[in-house]
Amino acid sequence: MLRREFVGGLLVVVAGRALAVDRFKTSDEQLQKHSEGLRPNVFVHVASDGKVTLVNHRSEMGQGVRSTIPALLADELGADPARIEIEQADGDKKYGDQDTDGSNSIRGEYEDLRRAAATAREMLIAAAARKWHVSVASLTAHDHAVWGGGRSLGFGELADAAGKLPVPEPGSVKLRPRSEMKHVFRDLPLVDARAIATGTAKFGADVRLDGMLIAVIARPPVVGGKVIRFDDSKALAVPGVKKVLRMPEPTPPYKFQQWGGVAVVATNTWAALRGRERLQIEWDHGPNAAYDSDRYANELSQAVHQPGHVARKVGDVDAALARAAKTVEAEYHVPHLAHVSMEPPVAIVRFDDGKCEVWSATQNPQAARTQAAETLGIDESRVISHVTFLGGAFGRKSKSDFVAEAAHLAREAKAPVRVQWTREDDLRHDYYNAVNTQLLTAALDASGKVTAWRQRTAFPPIATTFSDVKGPSAGDLQQGVTDLPLAIPNVRAETCDASAHVRVGWLRSVYNIFHGFSAGSFMDELAHARGKDPRENLLELFGPTRVVTLEELGVDKLRNYGAPLEKHPIDTGRLHNVIERVTAMARWSDRGGRALGLAAHRSFLTYVAVVVSVKKNSLGKIAVDEAWLAADAGTVVNLERARSQMEGALIFGMSHAFYGGATMKAGVTEQSNFDTYRLVRMPDAPRALRVEIVQSDLPPGGIGEPGVPPVAPAIANAIFALTGQRIRRLPLMLAGVV
Amino acid sequence: MIRLNVNGQAHELDADPEMPLLWALRDLLGLTGTKYGCGQALCGACTVHLDGEAVRSCVTPLSRAADRKVTTIEGLANTALQDAWCDLAVPQCGFCQAGQLMTAAALLAEVPQPSDEQIDRSMAGNLCRCGTYSRIRAAIKRAAGAK
Repeated sequence: MLRREFVGGLLVVVAGRALAVDRFKTSDEQLQKHSEGLRPNVFVHVASDGKVTLVNHRSEMGQGVRSTIPALLADELGADPARIEIEQADGDKKYGDQDTDGSNSIRGEYEDLRRAAATAREMLIAAAARKWHVSVASLTAHDHAVWGGGRSLGFGELADAAGKLPVPEPGSVKLRPRSEMKHVFRDLPLVDARAIATGTAKFGADVRLDGMLIAVIARPPVVGGKVIRFDDSKALAVPGVKKVLRMPEPTPPYKFQQWGGVAVVATNTWAALRGRERLQIEWDHGPNAAYDSDRYANELSQAVHQPGHVARKVGDVDAALARAAKTVEAEYHVPHLAHVSMEPPVAIVRFDDGKCEVWSATQNPQAARTQAAETLGIDESRVISHVTFLGGAFGRKSKSDFVAEAAHLAREAKAPVRVQWTREDDLRHDYYNAVNTQLLTAALDASGKVTAWRQRTAFPPIATTFSDVKGPSAGDLQQGVTDLPLAIPNVRAETCDASAHVRVGWLRSVYNIFHGFSAGSFMDELAHARGKDPRENLLELFGPTRVVTLEELGVDKLRNYGAPLEKHPIDTGRLHNVIERVTAMARWSDRGGRALGLAAHRSFLTYVAVVVSVKKNSLGKIAVDEAWLAADAGTVVNLERARSQMEGALIFGMSHAFYGGATMKAGVTEQSNFDTYRLVRMPDAPRALRVEIVQSDLPPGGIGEPGVPPVAPAIANAIFALTGQRIRRLPLMLAGVV
Repeated sequence: MIRLNVNGQAHELDADPEMPLLWALRDLLGLTGTKYGCGQALCGACTVHLDGEAVRSCVTPLSRAADRKVTTIEGLANTALQDAWCDLAVPQCGFCQAGQLMTAAALLAEVPQPSDEQIDRSMAGNLCRCGTYSRIRAAIKRAAGAK
């Protein structure tokens, strides 16, 4: 377990004696020589008293990574899960990629992590083999000991001897057969549940340092805006306010820079908030002061009615449309969406004697480290970047803007500073998910067969936050457009130019949110246009069970979430399977009077199908009565957390569908708190929801994100089944139905 | 000086009587289990008990909490409820859960066997962005059954 203790006002992580060394100077080779026991790599330490310390290098944000990675390491090692201690890694490149993003912690690290633990296991076995003068092949490691010929030696007894042996090459290390893994691939205990249920879990804002000041910042209301002048006399008169400091202005592209504005630094949060209210600031609202998201939606709509840049092409769509017996066309719109994690962004920085220490609720402690170093103009080696519990993240907290703010203020205030974002700050200064409009057009022949599919999509891509690009790249369409399997002879996908007027960022499942909504809705529209059952139509459009080739998709290459297609092909058999399972759970064929909606989507290498049942409540509004979800993520290490992520994705997707939408007038975000940016509450939540995870031997796919995309289209499709009303613009509340 | 009784412990605070209880608990007393989520009584993350009643500490001025019994998550002693939370692995990120537990504990104190509708109505003010609602419902029922 991670134990955080306060010693002399410092937050220190107590776990393993290796931490006693100076991390600024000590390389891992030195660590290996000078620390007792066995530490073959940065993930595993076996002490001579038998304590096994396992490092979790990813951020815990609710996905359960702290209950999963250490359990995987322990099982591969043969450790007793009751005798391990989890150490939360600081941000350091020695751990490899720590960006807890892209649903990548298990899918990206599964084999490397196992290899790290297997290395330690082989060294413990080698040490036992030397003591007993037997071959390593005759020995096994399990239950915290090495066993052979009826004898055993505990890991602790072997640790010092094992630590003196050469570390085997990673490539030579053998992973356990799956049958030997006693603990994982099933429900694992939630290691932090008790700390959360008793209020002792430490989130970002819970870090307290001696002499720490609290800062809140009045940021430019419009992206690109600047302070012309300000009067801080009333702010400084608030008891507890220590300083008012002007923030440096960011320069485009904004990346993860601080936002500018004026900071109020105080001895407590309340004083800082009261001081900020009393600031008088005159703003130059800058180049985005005319941004109106409604008008922008119209521009996107005009764009998709013109030909765009072709990103996917099979056959001849124009010819097929020209000879169609019937065409079906629909335009969809999804607005900017906000992350609104329950804990708003927060970072604490201490900068003293050229050394910087950061505590932040970050998904990416390495980026936080880099951002602090760049802000302070010091070398990264002078920065320690600690990770707290995240209090929700959903992509927001892999952007280190709030760390940059805290670093700057710690230097200027000459004291440790916590930058506290309010909910209003969070909603008005988000890196919003891209706003999107799409036009889908299909041709049907006289027999009702779909002969053409044309999809045009327009959105300001994330790249606009990092460069001056003017529209999505072909690569951006690989989230639900160019990787969409379609058994249709003529297919073309096009992107249209779109400029950005807010900071655009990634939000849980990213472009899949709107591409999944439009494709999932349009397939249902085609079912009704063809007079077919939506389930049979969906299976037919995805086509026969097969591995889909690039040639069939009509693309030269596919990023495929960074995974090789040979290892993670697009397999329509797996899509069929989740559709069949979810419709079986929902009793699709026996639905009686229930209004059911179905959608299925592959993202982050995982296949998910969702069915929802909707009805009208006593006020005549749509309510989701029941929801079912089937997911195939290949190998699943922690079934319980996979289920909980899918349960959460159903609610997250429902919030987008029902209420989601950040809108801007005169460049300013109109929503500021939970009254104007509504989320699903308990009475909205389905009366029952059921999740089935397909466990298999295939390589692991993502868990955190892929549950989200099929939810909104399943709801829209169910509403159509109930009312005959097709809603193509989210959120549903705009149509007055919820 | 404002006299505050928190989790059975007496404190004297030299603070602005308008300061919300939330910030006094967190910044002045170091009781960080109570969370800031919205500052406007819209999300319930800051829920504490004031003389046994669930209130939103982010909009409760210190002056109103003075001389009354404040209970925070650190002082919650509803083992059945907290055990149910752990047994059913309710939390995801965990940030809203202190507030969820405080609201649920106040509900169970008033209605030991709440109906589904009573649970939904009582818990409607507590947001969970991770979407743990179905497990919260189940945990409340489990705790109610355990009594």
